[in-house]
Amino acid sequence: MSMNVATSNDQARLLPLVVVLIALALWWTLSALHVFPESLFPSPVSVAKGFVEEFQTGRLLNDLIASLFRVITGFTLAVALGIPLGLWLGHRTSARTALLPAINFFRNLSPLAWIPFAILWFGIGDVPAIFLIFMASFFPVVLATIAAVASIPSVYFRVAQNYGYRSTELLTQVTLPAIAPQVITALRVTAGLAWVVVVAAEMIAGRDGLGFAVWDARNGLRMDLLAVGMIVIGIIGVVIDRLLVQLMKIQSVRWGYEQ
Amino acid sequence: MNSKPLILESVARSFGAVEVFRDLSLEVARGEFVAVVGPSGCGKTTLLNLLSDFDTPTSGQVICHGSVRMVYQHGGLFPWLTVSENITMGLRHLTDEAERARQLREMLRLIRLEGFAGHYPRQLSGGMRQRVELARALAGETDILLLDEPFSALDYLTRLRMRRDLAHLLHERPCTVVLVTHDIEEAAQLADRVIVFSERPAQIRCELHLRAPRPRDLTHPEVVEATHRILSELGLEHDSESAFAVI
Repeated sequence: MSMNVATSNDQARLLPLVVVLIALALWWTLSALHVFPESLFPSPVSVAKGFVEEFQTGRLLNDLIASLFRVITGFTLAVALGIPLGLWLGHRTSARTALLPAINFFRNLSPLAWIPFAILWFGIGDVPAIFLIFMASFFPVVLATIAAVASIPSVYFRVAQNYGYRSTELLTQVTLPAIAPQVITALRVTAGLAWVVVVAAEMIAGRDGLGFAVWDARNGLRMDLLAVGMIVIGIIGVVIDRLLVQLMKIQSVRWGYEQ
Repeated sequence: MNSKPLILESVARSFGAVEVFRDLSLEVARGEFVAVVGPSGCGKTTLLNLLSDFDTPTSGQVICHGSVRMVYQHGGLFPWLTVSENITMGLRHLTDEAERARQLREMLRLIRLEGFAGHYPRQLSGGMRQRVELARALAGETDILLLDEPFSALDYLTRLRMRRDLAHLLHERPCTVVLVTHDIEEAAQLADRVIVFSERPAQIRCELHLRAPRPRDLTHPEVVEATHRILSELGLEHDSESAFAVI
């Protein structure tokens, strides 16, 4: 029995790889049969060549670093300001009543709608992209933190009072650990959103970055480089998500995902 | 030292039009184990809230000498802390690291969970979790232990075992206890005094004193007799001939 389970587990792990290989084979077949013209549908071989070219000139790495820098800066700012604001609003009913509609408004306003203002205010480069990522991440983080604080069972605070926890201890030893699982889930979703937004921001307000690379490839009619950019964007998005998933495996947080 | 750590003096508590207590007076002696039973909604939880200072009476006075800790029906442990870390919460007042470690080991031994020190609450059974909660509450210097239906979420056999464990823990770590429960047998098995509340506004319908040493068997004559009397008071048994009738 256990042998069977082990084998099926191994097989399950190979399945995603099989899907990738099938997709590649399909892609290769379609381009080898010239179903679509090469100018509209680059072959896997030309994309691989394009990847090597972009990598060797250093442009790919440069664009990758530019995009990651913007996402990390904008996202970190949003988290560093959003969690404290969410904590404060979570505990203050009147402030929450006052601010929640405004936060919901901005939460539901596509960050891409800010692009024109971002360019007018900040020009082209890092700052408008960071601004847009901030606008995309800040409001969801605030809302998730408010919701997490509101759902802390009151029994935890009663227990804390029994055991003599004071104000700062209440924050660091009750509130923060109690909201951690929900906030981490929100960070995962929001980081994905930030990564989507950086690509869009760089297409319009960038001179480098993976979004700009995609746009530039399209303008130069280099469909191979366009595909390279898309593949890298997708892979990095997955990597960011996998990294944040590691946070969910922290022992003192896992209770939030297993109940 | 005060010989009456808990005193209620003609306490009244209303929530809007709902009058939970009108004129309730009650004293609990040091080291006494008092169990409160009564129809549901009669104000047992309100009583604990008043005793633990989470609620204040509309009129009258609640006097409470000493440190109070409450054990809840379920979910009172911090799920982000391990068994040891949860119990150590009860030892926060100790500044000596070695003494704290020694007392932690002692509590783990008393609740027979030495092998589970590094486990998280989610990895334990319901009975184990309640044992950890009791250990946390009794660790260190607790004067008054308030129990809010601490075993009601457990299955019947575990509940029986927990009564034995609680009696054993209190033998090692004596303190004043107020137990609120729906479980009449539990009250009869554990308490020195059982207080039966009436319907709202709750009055003390009767008080029973039990003198048999703990742990008491469920079939101990005094327990059986007390169970019968409580059930009669609550109108759930009719006459003394049916003392051994099963409900």
